[in-house]
Amino acid sequence: MINFDLHKVIQSSGNRVLSCGAALLTPIVRAARPRTLILALGSLLVWAAPAFAVLEVDITQGNVDPLPVAITKFVSDVERGREVGANLSALIAGNLERSGLFKPIDQKAFIEDSSKIVSPPRFGDWRLINAQALVTGRITVQPDGRFKAEFRLWDTFAEQQMEGLVYRTTFSNWRRVGHLISDAIYKRLTGEDGYFDTRIVYISETGPADRRMKRLAIMDQDGANHKFLTDDDGTLVLTPRFSPSRQEITYLSYFNDNPRVYIYNIDTGQQEVLGEFPGMSFAPRFSPDGNRVVMSLATNGNIDIHTMDILTRRVDRLTTHPAIDTSPSYSPDGSRITFNSDRSGTRQIYVMDANGRNSKRISFGSGQYTTPVWSPRGDLIAFTKGYPGRFHIGVMRPDGSGERLLTGSFLDEGPTWAPNGRVIMFFRQAPRDTAGRGGKVALWSIDLTGFNERIVLTPLDASDPAWSPLSHVNR
Amino acid sequence: MSPKLVITVAALFFVAACTTAPEEAADSGGAGGSTSTSRTTVTTDSGSSGGGSSAGQSASRSSDDQVRPGSQADQAGSQADQAGSQADLVANVGDRIFFGFDKFDLSSDAQRTLRLQAEWLISNSGLSVRVEGHCDERGTREYNLALGERRANSIKNFLVELGVAPSRITTISFGKERPVALGSNDAAWAQNRRGVTLVN
Repeated sequence: MINFDLHKVIQSSGNRVLSCGAALLTPIVRAARPRTLILALGSLLVWAAPAFAVLEVDITQGNVDPLPVAITKFVSDVERGREVGANLSALIAGNLERSGLFKPIDQKAFIEDSSKIVSPPRFGDWRLINAQALVTGRITVQPDGRFKAEFRLWDTFAEQQMEGLVYRTTFSNWRRVGHLISDAIYKRLTGEDGYFDTRIVYISETGPADRRMKRLAIMDQDGANHKFLTDDDGTLVLTPRFSPSRQEITYLSYFNDNPRVYIYNIDTGQQEVLGEFPGMSFAPRFSPDGNRVVMSLATNGNIDIHTMDILTRRVDRLTTHPAIDTSPSYSPDGSRITFNSDRSGTRQIYVMDANGRNSKRISFGSGQYTTPVWSPRGDLIAFTKGYPGRFHIGVMRPDGSGERLLTGSFLDEGPTWAPNGRVIMFFRQAPRDTAGRGGKVALWSIDLTGFNERIVLTPLDASDPAWSPLSHVNR
Repeated sequence: MSPKLVITVAALFFVAACTTAPEEAADSGGAGGSTSTSRTTVTTDSGSSGGGSSAGQSASRSSDDQVRPGSQADQAGSQADQAGSQADLVANVGDRIFFGFDKFDLSSDAQRTLRLQAEWLISNSGLSVRVEGHCDERGTREYNLALGERRANSIKNFLVELGVAPSRITTISFGKERPVALGSNDAAWAQNRRGVTLVN
């Protein structure tokens, strides 16, 4: 079992700033409370957490007992506020539940009337229903029509507040507030960054296998705000990947029967072909700074890995081997690239320096290894493995040691990492019968521990998922 | 689709269309492996063209009545395959070859078909073709795109070795995106690991 350094005993954290650049979320300043500090850094106000709380979520173990959490409806003096408060509560509970690390307690079991909670809550009432942590909140409608959401996270056994944050935004933006609060709770209780304020770009699929219609689509990680990005015009599109720094996606499009790598701007909808090459360009992925795209170029049937500087359009060839070299993925520090090659005669995973030197094979187990993707934490490479007659999503360390298979089915493929490196999403295709029936393709997620495998709901069939960075990093 | 992109690419398309139009055979197809399926069915009645299906015979009646873009609108109902057409290629030569799992080398069967294709192409000297490389679903998407590219290039290189001008052959890989057999079984996969030659 892999041993993450995630075990964290929550102690006095003093005043902390979450450096969220969420442009739509304006911080407010509260000066009335003795322990409140005005923090100009970042855009969120955090007030001090008292010392010596002991609540923790231990996610170092393979099997996790979900932590029971009570998430109350955020209270409000007005109906509209109560509505948002109830929605926020449900959204936060959904996020935490799906992580597999938390078990939201049924609100019907609550003893203390959560609509009347004043600070501090009656901790004993919450301990009685075994709520280890309690989330409370208040919605206030502002004179300008926006609303203010205050939330607090309580340790019911230590009888202390662990976290308190305030957000102010428009009513239409309430879901993002819910995701930011979910991330704050996740981080405070696990010591790890959350991944709820994120999006998924993927390929939406429909139609029979020989005439499959594929479209670029995007949604929040919980499935909300679903949107198609490309038209229903029959153009084949594949393998979208998020930019780490801009509202951009790189992907493969067969526009005009010319398979080429494109960049799609999410804000403007502009699409632009990335470079003019004589042969197919494919398997694109951004560098960690977002300034380059690494991809495969085909020249007379030889497939090699190249990088292109997006601004200058300068192209550097990184591999020269006559074999297939594809599916490149940068290490998070940008110093190395992992890729897929059949230069040994079978499909294996390699790691090389970012300049193409010191190429080294790292996969040596039985079967065929493809689609290596470097974890955002840098400690692991996720891959697809075909063996024997089934496909698996697995992880190994960048030196090839510690291989573990997390999933397996007729066809599992294409892992993508949550920005905190804890959860992997992939797609799973069911087999078809001789008449072509069946063959459902869907997104799935699984915890790095190999537990908590779940389907990710999409309106149509879905493949090629790519997880965004935390949204507040770049929007 | 951004207007800018559409305009740019549309312009490119028209430029390409202008330069190649005189050589185009009656192929209204939008391309893609899927259309080759229907073309196969089109040619089932081609036996009525009489005689054997030797490449030499089809080649002998080819070069003078080829080309004529769009003039044969009723492809499906045509009594005899027009020489130099896709239907002619399918019926009298064979438009596709098959590959082993994870292979891009050419079997002796495949080489036999490609020799006929080369003769046919040399006889129909005005034609240009697109060679598509396809894979079965038992592989990951990007690897299969690469493998399909290599398959298409294996075919192109072989045809070029036999004297077909490289400028007449373009290649495209569809990876595992356009199967012809829909099942998830060995027989279907064997049909899907293919290279298909399409008359432009």
